[in-house]
Amino acid sequence: MALAYKAGLPLKDMEFVQFHPTCLPGSGILISEAARGEGGYLLNNKYERFLKNYVPNKMELGPRDIISRSMINEIKLGNGFKGKYGDYLALDLRHLGEEKIENKLPQIRELAKTFAGVDPVHELVPVRPGQHYFMGGIHVDINTSTPVAGLYSAGEASCVSINGANRLGSNSLPECLVFGAISGEQAARFAMEHDFVNFPPEVAEQEEKRIFEELLKKESGVYPAEIKYKLKDTMEEYVGIIRNEKSLNEACRIIRKLREEFKNVTAGDKSPIYNTDIVEVLELDFMIEVAEAVAYSALNRRESRGAHYREDYPERNDKDYLAHTLIFKTIQGPKIEYLPVKITKWKPTERKY
Amino acid sequence: MPETTFILRRYNPEKGEFFISKYNVPYESDTTILAGLIYIKDYLDRTLSFRYSCRMASCGSCGMVVNKKPTLVCRTLINNVKKPIFIEPLYNFPVIKDLVVDIDIFIDKLKEVKSYVIREKEESIDKEFIVKPEEMELIKQSSSCINCMLCYAACPVFGADEKFIGPAALAILYRYLNDPRDQGKKERIKIASLSHAAYMCSLVGQCTVVCPKNVDPSFHIQRLKVISTLNNLGI
Repeated sequence: MALAYKAGLPLKDMEFVQFHPTCLPGSGILISEAARGEGGYLLNNKYERFLKNYVPNKMELGPRDIISRSMINEIKLGNGFKGKYGDYLALDLRHLGEEKIENKLPQIRELAKTFAGVDPVHELVPVRPGQHYFMGGIHVDINTSTPVAGLYSAGEASCVSINGANRLGSNSLPECLVFGAISGEQAARFAMEHDFVNFPPEVAEQEEKRIFEELLKKESGVYPAEIKYKLKDTMEEYVGIIRNEKSLNEACRIIRKLREEFKNVTAGDKSPIYNTDIVEVLELDFMIEVAEAVAYSALNRRESRGAHYREDYPERNDKDYLAHTLIFKTIQGPKIEYLPVKITKWKPTERKY
Repeated sequence: MPETTFILRRYNPEKGEFFISKYNVPYESDTTILAGLIYIKDYLDRTLSFRYSCRMASCGSCGMVVNKKPTLVCRTLINNVKKPIFIEPLYNFPVIKDLVVDIDIFIDKLKEVKSYVIREKEESIDKEFIVKPEEMELIKQSSSCINCMLCYAACPVFGADEKFIGPAALAILYRYLNDPRDQGKKERIKIASLSHAAYMCSLVGQCTVVCPKNVDPSFHIQRLKVISTLNNLGI
């Protein structure tokens, strides 16, 4: 995404980031939805199935965005369990019994035992929502073509819009397999029909110079980890599950500051062989780009829709925002445009559970 | 927070030399060895190279030798191993840098056993290929392999002769041989019968001991010996 964005391509719908309700606190390891699909309960510190206050008709099978928000709200109400990685809620599988857990949910049992030190057959599994999937990505059409002829994108990096503002479990598979196949076919066809264009060598030379002479040769002593963890905390705190104008403005401000701090980062490993430190530095550069695109797109969408929830604009506003966000990188900073949504068979209606 | 020492046996590819680095790493009851290595990389020594990706024992990238035992460091807690912790790159593979080994030999073995479903001819994809639970039962265990190569680091036969197809690739061969959708049975038995395949295994069993996903390559290889012997005798 960052590569495309830096090259001038728009990213689409970047504010829509899915949080999965059940991750292990600390490690963030995913406890799959299968746990609730088989009948697992989510409990607060009063051992109540608190979702009865949020999605009484769906309970644990409610949509990911609503369950994640309900969990955060429950924690804010003081109904979470206390843990060293902050407050959490509990996933209760005990009533399913050992046989069912072992046969239907063996991986979940193994993960819980290994990474949380609890056996779900006998104990509660600590969980909290964790960032899971980007509905947004590189702007492509139904044939996976970007606005640049001959450049295609598929998978989570792209936004072909099969997920809209939300995403159903496992829909990363069609995103990857169906559109991956389409993009392969399209790219092959394009390559057969067109000649190579002359790529301006100075563009490559400039990037080569940035990596090999600036990042690799210069010494600065600034560690990328420090900026990476600041960025992580900023996104978690201000651009997470519940957002508002103030938090998003604050996020944009901090991200700009981190972009400035990044200018001093160079590779701490100068080796030309398997240098994972230069990878860390390049990735951090990309992370800052993507973080800004997410925060800035979220700031400009003053409504709540799907996974994007603004507590200052809790309602969906189809009059002004039934549109895809397109964000462009410009010298003056990010620029937003909106693209009308093409509505075919399914008309947008209010979500009721 | 308690601290422990990580002693790393590293490799400098530019000098062609192994060397030792020591670091003090703080840890809690749930800190993994991988988290300790990431701490070193983040705060103590940026020149350290090691592989990892998923952090949850799914991708098989972070295999190393910990206190002389091939180990997946993402699923091993500092609390559960002897300290100070001595970490080396995976045995029996050429080292590229520090704790990173060259995995090309293993990839070639996966190709050799054809680690994919073989069909006689290309078919339309508008019908499903159902695998029944009882059929799944037969290949469930060998399907759990995550290609982490710990079994190769533990296998003295592979250590002595890298031609040996080895534990994981043979377990995977067994897995496809028993896949009800597979139509490459003849081809697979031929591969299993090669002199550097199943019969080369001398049943040391360390592959099964070190497997982080409870695969039992040792058993699968013995099954392959029986299947290919019976087949080759026409029984």
